[in-house]
Amino acid sequence: MDRKLFFCHLALSTIGLLALTTCNRTDKVSGPAADPENGGIVLPPGFSAYMVADNLGHGRHIAVRSNGDVFLALQDLKDGKGIVALRDTTGDGRADRIAYFGDLPGTGIHLHKDYLYFAHDTVILRYKLKADDLLPELTPETIVSGFKREYQHAAKTIAFDTSGNLYVNIGAPSNACQQNDRTPGSPGMDPCPILDNYGGIWRFKDDVPGQTQAKDGFRFATGLRNCVAIEWNNAVNKLYVVQHGRDQLNQFFPDLYTDEDNANLPAEEFFLLEEGDDCGWPYCYFDNQKGLKVLSPEYGGNGDSTGRCAGKKDPIMAFPAHTAPNDLIFYSKDQFPDRYRQGAFIAFHGSWNRSPLVQEGYYVAFIPFNNQLPAADWEIFANNFAGKTPVNSPGDALHRPMGLAQGADGSLYISDSVKGTIWRVFYN
Amino acid sequence: MKNSFCFVASVLVLVIACGGNKTPEKAPPEDGKLLFNKYCLACHQADGSGVPGMYPPITNTEWVAGDKSRLIGIMLDGLEGEIKVNGQVYKTAMPSHQYLSDEQIAAILTYVRTNFGNKADGISAAEVATARKNRQ
Repeated sequence: MDRKLFFCHLALSTIGLLALTTCNRTDKVSGPAADPENGGIVLPPGFSAYMVADNLGHGRHIAVRSNGDVFLALQDLKDGKGIVALRDTTGDGRADRIAYFGDLPGTGIHLHKDYLYFAHDTVILRYKLKADDLLPELTPETIVSGFKREYQHAAKTIAFDTSGNLYVNIGAPSNACQQNDRTPGSPGMDPCPILDNYGGIWRFKDDVPGQTQAKDGFRFATGLRNCVAIEWNNAVNKLYVVQHGRDQLNQFFPDLYTDEDNANLPAEEFFLLEEGDDCGWPYCYFDNQKGLKVLSPEYGGNGDSTGRCAGKKDPIMAFPAHTAPNDLIFYSKDQFPDRYRQGAFIAFHGSWNRSPLVQEGYYVAFIPFNNQLPAADWEIFANNFAGKTPVNSPGDALHRPMGLAQGADGSLYISDSVKGTIWRVFYN
Repeated sequence: MKNSFCFVASVLVLVIACGGNKTPEKAPPEDGKLLFNKYCLACHQADGSGVPGMYPPITNTEWVAGDKSRLIGIMLDGLEGEIKVNGQVYKTAMPSHQYLSDEQIAAILTYVRTNFGNKADGISAAEVATARKNRQ
């Protein structure tokens, strides 16, 4: 009887202890809780997410300060301002202080050397950060000015190396350098004069105010139509970009390309850039089925011929056509599992030029890296931003992933261009 | 019984066929929908909703259903600069479509003005021709 009682007590105590341990474990989970259904996005097992904020405006790139403050560039002014600053003061992870500042809208935004750098379509500014305040000094310094106002691929995006240089994507205000842009039958200009001032990556000094492209800019790489996604990878000290490939092969060359051909051509190209590289635009595009660069039809190509493309820089990876890679970061923290270390995240804003076929993209992809190069094929990391399938027109999408940043704790931040939502993704 | 059914059916077929012949509606010289699909759909999309931030919608908007000369002008000259359509800002340029004939432009504009939620009158080739002449 005593013995029975003893075992009963032992069993009860064990259960109690287990319950306590379990409770303790639950209590020990630090940081904010995920949203139900991760705020609408689909993530790999083990990852969770919540919305930091919503309805901020048409979001572009995003930056996260070491103290957790978040800065989001806006495509259009909201209440006359072009940047949003956000802070969580209660520890629940959700932004409860939201302040708008800056008189210009823009795309590129980056924290560097105690400044917030911000790229409007025609000028690159920087705001001096204050030690504890959410808002920086409100009068910016002009670092680079004089980019001509354009109405196509005008967004400027930026990256910094560790040697005092600033790299700027200057997109080509053109589809394929035709004499009359996007006009059936108009031949490609040869050589393409647009490449003198656009269609490449230009290098500037990171902390010298008053620079201009003509006076101070150095053309680091050319033949790049538009690379909204640009990032310096500190782990290997190299510059990487992802290019938006050309549009409308079927529309202007219906004898050579079907609607389906156009939906699958050309690839969006991921480049590891070296100084002096020529990546081929507008003369060539990358055919991901053939696995090589072929001659553009504007320059006499027939869909198969390679002509002058032999010497052009090849991508390190090719992605589905028109999916619009709009931001790139390399994961350098240790919150996520080991296979994510040094890997690349790319935000694919989603296509429009697959019409009349259904649209693609609208996800964040991950590519494992080994040193300078991908270690495996790309995979979808975060999905369901559009909130519906299929997406027939971009306007159907509830959200479109646009910008990426990593927090000091290794969380991944994702911004959205439709409603200005910001998600924070973490590993449990 | 079977024969009389055949007879009635034959008469019906004849009547329908003749009826068809009796309305010699001339096919429109240009098919607006076909031309829209060929020249406009990529950017403005099959449902006319456009691309947020880039190409404006052509649905339920005065830009399409309103002033005809402005609309014809956009087709002939293209459009560059920031515009607001249905409260949203659009910044991407539209190329000129002056290489299309007066009839083709009229057919496209008539199609978009009477579809995509727009309930406006059509545009004639003569109106396009006049606009083309006036801008030279």
